[in-house]
Amino acid sequence: MPKEYIPILLFLLVAISVPVLGLLAGKVIRPGGFFFRASRNPAKLTPYECGVDTEGNARDRYGVRFYIISILFVVFDVETVFLFPWAIIYNKLALFGLIEMLIFLGFLIIGYIYVWQKGALEWV
Amino acid sequence: MSLEISYWAVIPEIVLSLAGIVIMLLAPIVEPESRGRLGYLAFIGTVLAGAATAPLWNKSMVAFNGMITVDNYGTFLRLIFILIAALSILLSVHFNRREEINHGEYFALILFATAGMSLMAAGTDLIIIFLGLEILSIATYVLAGFKRSDVKSNESSLKYFLLGSFSTAFLLYGIAFAYGATGSTNLQNIRQALGAATQGTRLLGPQTNTLLLLSLALLIAGFGFKVATVPFHIWTPDVYEGAPTPVTTFMAVGPKAAGFAAFLRLLLTAMPAYHWYWAGILWILAALTMTLGNVVALVQPNLKRMLAYSSIAHAGYILIGMAAGRELNASPILFYILAYTLMSVGAFAVVLTVSGKGDLRVNLDDYAGLGFQQPVLSFALSLCLLSLAGIPLTAGFMGKFYLFTTAVQAGYVGLVIIAALNSVVSVFYYVRPVIYMFMRESTSPAPEISVPVPVIITLIITTIGTLWLGIFPAGFIQLAKESLLALK
Repeated sequence: MPKEYIPILLFLLVAISVPVLGLLAGKVIRPGGFFFRASRNPAKLTPYECGVDTEGNARDRYGVRFYIISILFVVFDVETVFLFPWAIIYNKLALFGLIEMLIFLGFLIIGYIYVWQKGALEWV
Repeated sequence: MSLEISYWAVIPEIVLSLAGIVIMLLAPIVEPESRGRLGYLAFIGTVLAGAATAPLWNKSMVAFNGMITVDNYGTFLRLIFILIAALSILLSVHFNRREEINHGEYFALILFATAGMSLMAAGTDLIIIFLGLEILSIATYVLAGFKRSDVKSNESSLKYFLLGSFSTAFLLYGIAFAYGATGSTNLQNIRQALGAATQGTRLLGPQTNTLLLLSLALLIAGFGFKVATVPFHIWTPDVYEGAPTPVTTFMAVGPKAAGFAAFLRLLLTAMPAYHWYWAGILWILAALTMTLGNVVALVQPNLKRMLAYSSIAHAGYILIGMAAGRELNASPILFYILAYTLMSVGAFAVVLTVSGKGDLRVNLDDYAGLGFQQPVLSFALSLCLLSLAGIPLTAGFMGKFYLFTTAVQAGYVGLVIIAALNSVVSVFYYVRPVIYMFMRESTSPAPEISVPVPVIITLIITTIGTLWLGIFPAGFIQLAKESLLALK
């Protein structure tokens, strides 16, 4: 067998052992596992150890208006995504970069005005 | 660091987008009942865009680091796109009032879509072409579903969106492979990377870049969807039938021409070395597309659907020019696109007017006896249909004649024979409405058809244009010849 395949074999072994070891470790140290009784700490069995207890079904209906809010969020989030790389090379772009970015922000503001005029920001 | 920014190179897009933004901002402010009048503003926008684009004629420049190239090929097509937008807007103004879809955003979307098409014609980088295509597509997805309360319109929009985004994925994958094969997305750089190494080789050889062949296949599939060539045409009839008629008009000519524009530039500028492969595929696609389009159109009683299949058939004719592209270059295709635009918009304009509120009268039977009730409308429709069929003295004849003769000279005799046979078949379904209009008695009482002024203007432009191109084609053929793609 060619020697080049030995690293692949080792990698395969590691890949198999990671989940096996992980599951084994869980089995040993979890409540109700190898070492500890389940009744010793009931909080360990809840989905969230701290905070308010969950109530009701997770698949609940909610207002469709959230969808508009989330779309608007994406629009204005993209703005920030563009601003960061721009800020990093701002020195090189100088005045030209400033004007271009102002034009870009101008477009976003137009979008904002449009959304506002359309009444998408009102929570009816 | 040089950015090579030249705003002149993108002046059509700038004007169109600004006009669109102005309309979008005005739309929520003006009174709901007069929102349809924003269409006139949009029309002025297209006129301004045309005026700004015309000075680019005979100018050539490369801007934005080779992303955008201004040449006569692009300028010719940009002017056609602006014409298409202007005509569609004229048709929409009254239609939208009739169908109660008075929204200002409609016109803004048409202008944005036109900006996208314009970008596709001028882009010389796969990224820009893709960007233009997306601007165009997203706007048209929304436009197709503009009759929100109409089930068919919703179906149209959804089908177009699902299949369109699917094809976009193909295209993007093709672009990725082209980048992987050559290390660049710029058309000139791709051409240099492919080089002359594969020139002359026909079958797979050691010189052949298999990664590029994969990319070519994906690109053909992606563009095939957009221009509705046959294996990828399934969406076309349903989408065209369901969309509001002015949008159908726009979609049947605009995005199709834009797809051909970018596709031809891509093949001729970037991949002439692989001509043997793509010409063969396009040969088959052309034969299939014309034949299926024409044969299925024969049995369509619905005129809107018939025109949808007819647009598939015409895409087949244009594909002949694409297959023979290396020998023919672009001029017969450009002339054909212009001719097809005029006659197709004219035919749709009449169908839209006759159909009446709610698009009720769109079947052949509704046209019986129309020639006596509406002689002018019927004459215009007859002229456009005869032109689509390719009867002499019309634009359609000159377009086909020019395309076929040059294709024969380039050695594509077999394909031209298939095309000529197809033209004969197509005469049947193009002449049938004419017979219905002039040689049948009307079965129902004459419907009241009002012909609004913008539609009259559209009809005047399209009929005179159709006749003009048919009788005095020399000037426009000269313009098309000056619009050759530079094959450096």
